[in-house]
Amino acid sequence: MPTEHCEECPAFYHLEQMGFKIGNFDRVVALAGNPNTGKSTLFNSLTGLKQHTGNWPGKTVTRAEGGYQFNGVRYKLVDLPGTYSLLSASQDEEVARDFILFGQPDCTIVVTDATALERNLNLVIQVMEITDHVVVAVNLMDEARRKGLEVDTRSLSRDLGIPAVPVTARTGEGIHTLLATVADVIQGEVPINPMHVAGTPEFQKAVNELAPMIEHLAPGVPNARWLAIRLLDGDARVQNAITSGELGEIVARQRRTDVQFSKKMSVEGRQ
Amino acid sequence: MMDHPNIQPKDILAKAETLRGSLSMGFRDEIVKSIYSEVEKVARRAVKPSKDRKYDFDQKIDRLVTSPITGLPIMLILLGLIIWLTVTGANIPSQMIANALFKFGDWARALFISWNVPWWITGFIWDGVYLALAWVVSVMLPPMAIFFPAFTFLEDLGYLPRVAFNLDWLFKKAGAHGKQSLTMAMGFGCNAAGVVATRVIDSPRERLIAILTNNFVPCNGRFPTLIMLATVFVAAAFPPALTSLVAAGTVVGVVLVGVAFTFLMSWILSRTILKGEASAFTLELPPFRRPNFGRILYTSLIDRTIFVLWRAMQTAAPAGAVIWILANVPFGDTTLANIIVQWLNPFGFLLGLDGVILLAYIIAIPANEIVVPTMMMLYTGAGMMIDGPGTSTGIYNLLVNANGWTMLTAVNLMLFSLLHNPCATTIITIYKETKSWKWAGVSVLITLGTAFLVTFLTASAARLLSWA
Repeated sequence: MPTEHCEECPAFYHLEQMGFKIGNFDRVVALAGNPNTGKSTLFNSLTGLKQHTGNWPGKTVTRAEGGYQFNGVRYKLVDLPGTYSLLSASQDEEVARDFILFGQPDCTIVVTDATALERNLNLVIQVMEITDHVVVAVNLMDEARRKGLEVDTRSLSRDLGIPAVPVTARTGEGIHTLLATVADVIQGEVPINPMHVAGTPEFQKAVNELAPMIEHLAPGVPNARWLAIRLLDGDARVQNAITSGELGEIVARQRRTDVQFSKKMSVEGRQ
Repeated sequence: MMDHPNIQPKDILAKAETLRGSLSMGFRDEIVKSIYSEVEKVARRAVKPSKDRKYDFDQKIDRLVTSPITGLPIMLILLGLIIWLTVTGANIPSQMIANALFKFGDWARALFISWNVPWWITGFIWDGVYLALAWVVSVMLPPMAIFFPAFTFLEDLGYLPRVAFNLDWLFKKAGAHGKQSLTMAMGFGCNAAGVVATRVIDSPRERLIAILTNNFVPCNGRFPTLIMLATVFVAAAFPPALTSLVAAGTVVGVVLVGVAFTFLMSWILSRTILKGEASAFTLELPPFRRPNFGRILYTSLIDRTIFVLWRAMQTAAPAGAVIWILANVPFGDTTLANIIVQWLNPFGFLLGLDGVILLAYIIAIPANEIVVPTMMMLYTGAGMMIDGPGTSTGIYNLLVNANGWTMLTAVNLMLFSLLHNPCATTIITIYKETKSWKWAGVSVLITLGTAFLVTFLTASAARLLSWA
């Protein structure tokens, strides 16, 4: 773990806030999380924007976008409405879920509250059902310390099978480790083995029958399992995406951008 | 997949349909439950238990107030405690305020008479407008000044989400949203506020249920009516030492009847005009916070008490004027008030009430707060003073000895007050929130229909069994 002084050293990283200049980006990163976990604070400190941080149910139903550049790669950062779950279909949950699923971000950061980790992990697990490219930012570490809580992010990371990074968005502590981890996850340089919730045996069986059919319809789709669960639940939005062929298009589009990006990177010699 | 050579989208949807049939109805709950148990395990390993005693204490309290065994009794005790505080605390200040305001009225009337002001100006101002205001202030101010701070205290403490947690299963059984308990709790303060609060419910169907049934919990404007009836009638039959306990217990009972009607009506609605299943939701139980007493007093006294009282006074003043005109302008050899009351009497009798009570409710449509004052003024013919205004004996004498009230009248008036139509403000709020006069109309029909039916049934039953 690099120390605070390392992080301030320009040789260690290159972070540039890009505000609204997001016309030409290489990667898309989504910020998800429960309300009041410091998502917007993190968003503001990365992009240099001043997104209103106040939050109450029903107010934030749109997403904010901004940009940052880290080690030469330009990222578009999308701040999603704070939600407790992606299961029920309220308007704000719909926005968050649709973006993670159909917006196909290269990585999703789930911002969690270190002082209420258990409650926050529900959303992490649900996001992990949709996408493997997840990094958990355990925020509000300063408050946790003040409350005498010790949060072991390595244990968390091991159990969840995805990286977990301790941060304090307010002071900037851990931000650069977080961004480096995001970059690594996108490059596939971190082993990822996401934990999945089992459910009842007959539920498992139903998912295992349905998911391969979806994979067959849209080869390379990263979240067939989750789509299968949503179909079992009778989710109209997902049914629509499958019948209209939207799903296949998304997968194809994702392939193209991946190829383009690695070409570009190899040309520029950064990889 | 070799056995699916050419999968079409419709095959997948059909397969999902079949598989869904093979799952038990509660599989969504199963998923949520297994997420929760996984999460608990992971979190327990990652977070070292706090050495902070306060945190431990908070968790213990939380277990207690949300436990399936102790959660509901604690809720009832808290509700009973708040109402008991309101009943006992409001009694004496109410009498003092009433005495002072009525004395001032007498003095001002005498002054007007000595100045030879025409009788109808004196009457209109002091026996109409002023009397209504005096009643509203003395009947409403003390209970509100106790109830609102106590309620705000629980709200700031973070108790309300726990109520939602405890009642969730009941609402789910009724086919309604668990967050309806939050909007129901707001309804105790003001039903219009409760209707606005339904915005936290995402499903339009469940939100409508919450809007249409909000009026079944008594708002602050109706509490004084209930408290007065419980004190003057029910508690009067018990030894003085028990008066306040019995009165509080009666009001709690009435509130529970209201909650029961909320569930019943939600259940009926979700099986008839608003069919559907209850949706799942995640509710955050915020940490218990030490409430800031200065802020509680400010919010509850300035933002709520004064606001509600001011609204009541704005409707009480014109209502007082209307009552005075009805009761004093001669119409043949009687007054207009008498004619209307006589005309309403048979219908009132069917409901175990009388014509004056029904007229009072018609006049009080703008605000429920003025029902009791209106009734008193109609009985006294707006002018005749009663002995010891604001005291239990004074009211008892007026209602029972002079106007033939029985226990049935008191019980049915409590039921009617609980179940009848929303006040004008709430009806307009329902229209604004639903953008539909149809639903605003439905809310009136449902409540008024229930009130008529229930009071008619209790009155008939009481008469059949010759209790009244």
